[in-house]
Amino acid sequence: MKKDHEELYAQYEQEFPLALLQEIQSKVPADISQEKLQRVLAGVHDVYVKSKVSPGECVGLVSAESIGEPGTQMTLNTFHFAGVSEMNVTTGLPRIIEIFDARKDIKTPMMEIYFKEPHNKKVEFVRSFAAGLKETVFSDIVEEYTLNIFDQVLRVSFNASLLEDFDLEVKEIVKQIKLKSKGFELSHTDKDISFLHKGKPEELKSLYLLKEKLRNVMIKGLKGIRQVLPVKRGDEFVVLTSGTNLKDVLQMKEVDGARTLSNDIHEIHAVLGIEGARQAIINEVYKVVEAQGLNIDIRHIMLVADIMCASGNVKGITRYGVVSEKASVLARASFETPIKHIINAALEGEVDYLTSVVENVMINQPVPLGTGLPGLVTKMK
Amino acid sequence: MVDVYLNSKFVGTVDSALSFVDNVKDVRRKGDFSESVNVYYDEKADEVHVLSDEGRAQRPLIVIRDGKMLLTEKHLRQLTDGEITWFDLVRQGIIEYLDTAEEENALVAFSEEELTSDHTHMEITPGSICGLATSLVPFGNYNQSSRLIIGSKNQKQSLGFYAANYHLRMDMDANILHYPQMPIVKTKIHDVTGYEDHPSGQNMIVAIMCYDGYNMEDGVILNQSSVQRGLARSTYFRPVSAEELRYSGGLIDQVGVPDKEVKGYRTEQEYRFLEADGIVYPEAKVGEGDVVIGRTSPPRFLSSVEEYNLSATTRRESSLALRHGEQGVADFVVITENEEGNKLVQVRLREERIPEIGDKFTSRHGQKGVTGILIPQEDLPFSASGVAPDLIFTPHGISSRMTISHLLELVGGKVGALGGRFVDGTLFEAEKEVDLRRELLELGFREDGLEVFYDGRTGKKMLSLIYVGNMYYLRLRHMVANKIQSRARGPIQLLTRQPTEGKAKEGGLRLGEMEKDTFIAHGASLLLNERFGSDKVVVPICLKSGLLGYYDARKRAPVSPIYGDDTEISYVEISYGFKLLLDELLSLGVYPKLLLEDKF
Repeated sequence: MKKDHEELYAQYEQEFPLALLQEIQSKVPADISQEKLQRVLAGVHDVYVKSKVSPGECVGLVSAESIGEPGTQMTLNTFHFAGVSEMNVTTGLPRIIEIFDARKDIKTPMMEIYFKEPHNKKVEFVRSFAAGLKETVFSDIVEEYTLNIFDQVLRVSFNASLLEDFDLEVKEIVKQIKLKSKGFELSHTDKDISFLHKGKPEELKSLYLLKEKLRNVMIKGLKGIRQVLPVKRGDEFVVLTSGTNLKDVLQMKEVDGARTLSNDIHEIHAVLGIEGARQAIINEVYKVVEAQGLNIDIRHIMLVADIMCASGNVKGITRYGVVSEKASVLARASFETPIKHIINAALEGEVDYLTSVVENVMINQPVPLGTGLPGLVTKMK
Repeated sequence: MVDVYLNSKFVGTVDSALSFVDNVKDVRRKGDFSESVNVYYDEKADEVHVLSDEGRAQRPLIVIRDGKMLLTEKHLRQLTDGEITWFDLVRQGIIEYLDTAEEENALVAFSEEELTSDHTHMEITPGSICGLATSLVPFGNYNQSSRLIIGSKNQKQSLGFYAANYHLRMDMDANILHYPQMPIVKTKIHDVTGYEDHPSGQNMIVAIMCYDGYNMEDGVILNQSSVQRGLARSTYFRPVSAEELRYSGGLIDQVGVPDKEVKGYRTEQEYRFLEADGIVYPEAKVGEGDVVIGRTSPPRFLSSVEEYNLSATTRRESSLALRHGEQGVADFVVITENEEGNKLVQVRLREERIPEIGDKFTSRHGQKGVTGILIPQEDLPFSASGVAPDLIFTPHGISSRMTISHLLELVGGKVGALGGRFVDGTLFEAEKEVDLRRELLELGFREDGLEVFYDGRTGKKMLSLIYVGNMYYLRLRHMVANKIQSRARGPIQLLTRQPTEGKAKEGGLRLGEMEKDTFIAHGASLLLNERFGSDKVVVPICLKSGLLGYYDARKRAPVSPIYGDDTEISYVEISYGFKLLLDELLSLGVYPKLLLEDKF
């Protein structure tokens, strides 16, 4: 790069975001004349300044309207692909509400697991990997529990075909459940396991309790993953799961962590942090909006996501979430549960400085936006 | 052994269900049982139900035996000659009524052609799947069912000749169409129900085209000249009634011209139409605020003895006057007595309603529209033969709603009007489209109903051919004259000091929450402030306590509720609604302290 070019770029360093400057640098031919570069930068500067939102522009409300109005056209019913081997996903308005409310328990938690280069093309690998992910509990593979009252023995026999399906051996299962069955003596064949009290026989009840305890012991797979579905995306194979466990999946070395997704915002926040959660909100909402064939500018959604994540935690647009953080008592009271807010404010002696929109509408003062924003500054003599 | 239930109560058993059921039917067909008795064998539950109770919908069907109708040509001849009636056929078991239960055991044929030996009954007409109002839609079987329903609903709102004695009746909101006509395209149901005696629409020349966009989004364009000739003209009747109520203590209302001393006396001007008996004279043209029936009432509360002397000064005015925006002609006066023996005076007001912009019209196919403009005939497009349409309907209304019957009626009406005959459009049995087309061709027109049109203003030939014909159009009872309302200043609510709501109270249109948002989104903050200023007040605020003070008129000074005169008071402009909020907070036990600072 020429030296005087560098000087020029340095001039604009304070004016643009760095990314913009780098983009110009990469797109402009290296042998551009000083004069032309000057003109390019000035032109970009012009556009950049113009594209900034002007002071007093009511971005929040415009976003609300821009999302809310198309929202009224959204079909309330989600499509069910009955018979098709796709998983049922919450979409449409219910999903949008779910995201904006920042619900902890979403209706259909889902993951899309991508794989690194050599693995993602192999069907066999992806298929067996998927099978290994699915959460399998003890009772899933049991055929029969037999409680022998005379000998005080609990015998559990397994379904042979299921064992084969899950690629399990009784030996492995014994290893898995050994910890959970302390105080019992285990003996096994290749079809069943028997439990006997160590030492003197106790009541029958403990054997029964053992059976109940064993039911939910995890044998294989990742916790929370209820269903797996390997599918082809383009020229590679990915695994869709219903139920999520992002943390454990990302730790697997074959998994491409950069592309693997979960649709649980809170989980992403816990595993990847608040920036990840923000991006997840944007992606998830935009996905629904696009699927419905609506046209909402992504910046509106970004603004909502920013508001939800601004505190460092994911907060929903509810009276417990974002709204509870509003500075004005009157604004909070005008949203939901007014009496609660007013009484709490009275107990604390809260002062409302009337800095925002709703409270000024209430007392019939010009709202501090648009034409109501500028004040007159004059020198007093 | 099969259980038998009579009206869902167990009564006994029979050996063979089928022979028992047949037996009951035979007895009924012989006339020994009432025709409202139905019998039904439930094969799944192996039960026989005999039903004779109320609340079952029944419908008549022709009985079939061995694949042949019991109803013969002879019966039909006798029916037309009036030798026998419907009930004779029912009594002879030729026609019987089935309920929803017995229907389960029956196999019903639609037409004679499809009869087999398995059939037990035949429909009298396939059109009987529709009700009375729905059967009035011509060519209805060409439509989507939802449009058919809308079409039949619309007909119920149409203006027509609802009762021949309308001039003696005191119906609320009655409308009479001036020149009602029988539809050219009619159904058999029109004949059966005597539609000729009370038609409710007019046959108009309808062109399906756009013209300057005044019929976009379900609008219609009317021919002003046709309207002036009386097209779709109607009269609106509304009664005003006053009763002489009796109160405790032998007091009574009095109909009459109120004395000037009466409490709440209006102006003399407003009583000018009253005759000596206190009732408006017939054919008086009354307007807004004019008294129609003069009346006075005794005082509301008899607090002191002196008010017992019933002098005119203590009576209250309770006349009936026309409300805001009303007008009319006193048409008919009735002085009578009601059930309690009180004197009852009723005055019927009449108003001619000439179609205007905003009045609602519809065809019989769920294609309603609102008048967008009335165009004089000279400016309207006209056909090669010089015919200008009465009404212009938009083509965009057809594609999405798929009302084929609308299009068929248009051709049918054209054939009927040109051929001087009625066209049959009965459900499933209508005249065939090909026949109508052929007839239209024979009458010297294009068979598809299109015609060359010329623009009335330029005289230029229109680029496309126009689909034009005759249709039965209905004027619906929703007229702007009943609904139009506007206000700039007017009454306010006592509690909130905000404008009242609703036409009856001369109210304003609320600028609601979402409308408010649009103002904010535009940054029109000061405009919004002005909009919401309908209840603004200037209140004194005590700077020391931060509470609302009040103006003491005797001291001629503002006063603080806590510190009295011993404070500084500032006048602030707020909305009365906010003042109310502050008062409500006080009643909650919350101290809303206002901290004031200089605005500039």
